[in-house]
Amino acid sequence: MSKSSKKVYLDYAATTPVDKEVMEAMLPFFCINYGNASSLHSFGQKSKEVVESSRTVIAKGLNMENREIIFTSGATESNNLTIKGIFNALSRHPNFSTKKLHFITSKIEHPCILDSMKYLEKTFKDLVEVTYLDVDEEGLVDLKDLERVIQKNTVLVSIMFVNNEIGTTEPIKKIGQLIKTIKNQRFKSHNKYPLYFHSDATQAPSYYKLDTKDLNLDLITINAHKIYGPKGVGVLGVKKNTIIEETSHGGGHEFKKRSGTLNVPGIVGLGKAFELAEKQRKENVKKVRQLQDYFINKIKSQIKDVGLNGSTKHRTPNNINFSFEGTEGESVLLMLDQEGIAVSTGSACSSNSLEPSHVLLAIGKTHLQAHSSIRFTLGKFSTKKQLDYTVDKLKSIIEKLRKISKGVKF
Amino acid sequence: MYSKKVMDHFTNPRNMGEIKNPDGEGEVGNPVCGDLMKIYIKVESKDKQEMIKDIKFQTLGCGSAIATSSMVTELAKGKNLKEAQEISRDDVANELEGLPPAKMHCSNLATDALKKAIKDYYSKK
Repeated sequence: MSKSSKKVYLDYAATTPVDKEVMEAMLPFFCINYGNASSLHSFGQKSKEVVESSRTVIAKGLNMENREIIFTSGATESNNLTIKGIFNALSRHPNFSTKKLHFITSKIEHPCILDSMKYLEKTFKDLVEVTYLDVDEEGLVDLKDLERVIQKNTVLVSIMFVNNEIGTTEPIKKIGQLIKTIKNQRFKSHNKYPLYFHSDATQAPSYYKLDTKDLNLDLITINAHKIYGPKGVGVLGVKKNTIIEETSHGGGHEFKKRSGTLNVPGIVGLGKAFELAEKQRKENVKKVRQLQDYFINKIKSQIKDVGLNGSTKHRTPNNINFSFEGTEGESVLLMLDQEGIAVSTGSACSSNSLEPSHVLLAIGKTHLQAHSSIRFTLGKFSTKKQLDYTVDKLKSIIEKLRKISKGVKF
Repeated sequence: MYSKKVMDHFTNPRNMGEIKNPDGEGEVGNPVCGDLMKIYIKVESKDKQEMIKDIKFQTLGCGSAIATSSMVTELAKGKNLKEAQEISRDDVANELEGLPPAKMHCSNLATDALKKAIKDYYSKK
């Protein structure tokens, strides 16, 4: 409910507006070329053709082969498919039935990773074990910690590329090198257990080149609606020879890895969005990084008792996450919304649970700090003027809320 | 998510602030859920009844925590202590035209803080 006619969107990590160029590319595939990409007639073949062009664009960008690109309904499905698909395939495989399968992830992953892992642990406790790696106060996974926990039966390491809440960029390349070394050792020691490296790169494509060969990634998740594409479509890149089984059974689409009629307009949109992300990356990084520096410095200089959450060095250009002492995130969010400014919070009060952000707790913040956090995420349509307006409003909102909470102390 | 009335009390909280030398004060909350409230009361005896003459609150918390604090002070002001003690979390939620289910614990806190303030008053007597 906004009393302001001004609209400032600073929640690009939640979702992005669809780029006009993307929407235009999609439009013909609703009412004109609406064929099912599996149909043999001309309607179907036209759809198949555009699906394959999108596949080529994405395969090229990820440095993968076309048949390694699996279209899904989004990052949640891609991440679920990674974890459950690898588990399903390996747990029934005669070579790997003697030991429990060991999975590794970090404590700051998106809930779709953490909850999929927990689901396996709960449902198949005799077949699987999971290690949740701690992170440091900046949100970084430690390579030595990771090396220490990799065992002979470790089959999957899943570490996100960019954390969605605090923007920390994980050392994916270094982790990839470590995984490669271990794979070579396994080969020499005749350990037949595969070791797959997956990264949820949902927040990454606008700002980072995702060359899976360079990064030694076996699986990668991307999503259209975080890169100015439509909602409801994503990709799981799966290197060939990865032992993985479909979790959604049916018509055997997507190289028998994901059944379900292809979302043709969505896939066209994703292809276009990914192409634009590649093309505009350099310019975007420069522009958004400058805005980020400007915004962080301005908040620090204008508002007292604030703390930047996350890393200064290993941080994606578009994320700014602050805790404002003496306030609660949801209250700040609601008051900013009344001024037309859209942000996000790490406070539980915006969700149905009482626990605040698991990410902020994992980097050692107190419950109180976590509850007082606000995430601002920028994008290619953000402007300096919008940020000036935001800091101006934010300053008086924080003052007002601190006046209301004055005198109460934990 | 919130009713108009909640947003009104959140945006323009009634009786916000501190009473110097209060007759009773009550503080409740916990850092895990992130809400903390303090209620101050001033009591006046009139026609053999003890009335809440003035009441103020300070709250660190979400929209619902601030709105319920504000509403409790409005409901309690001018009531005798017995009536004030009987204000329930449902009363507060109803007066605010409803609260999201997950937020009901916040209104609970507001009435708890008031009860604590009244108790504090009795214990000092």
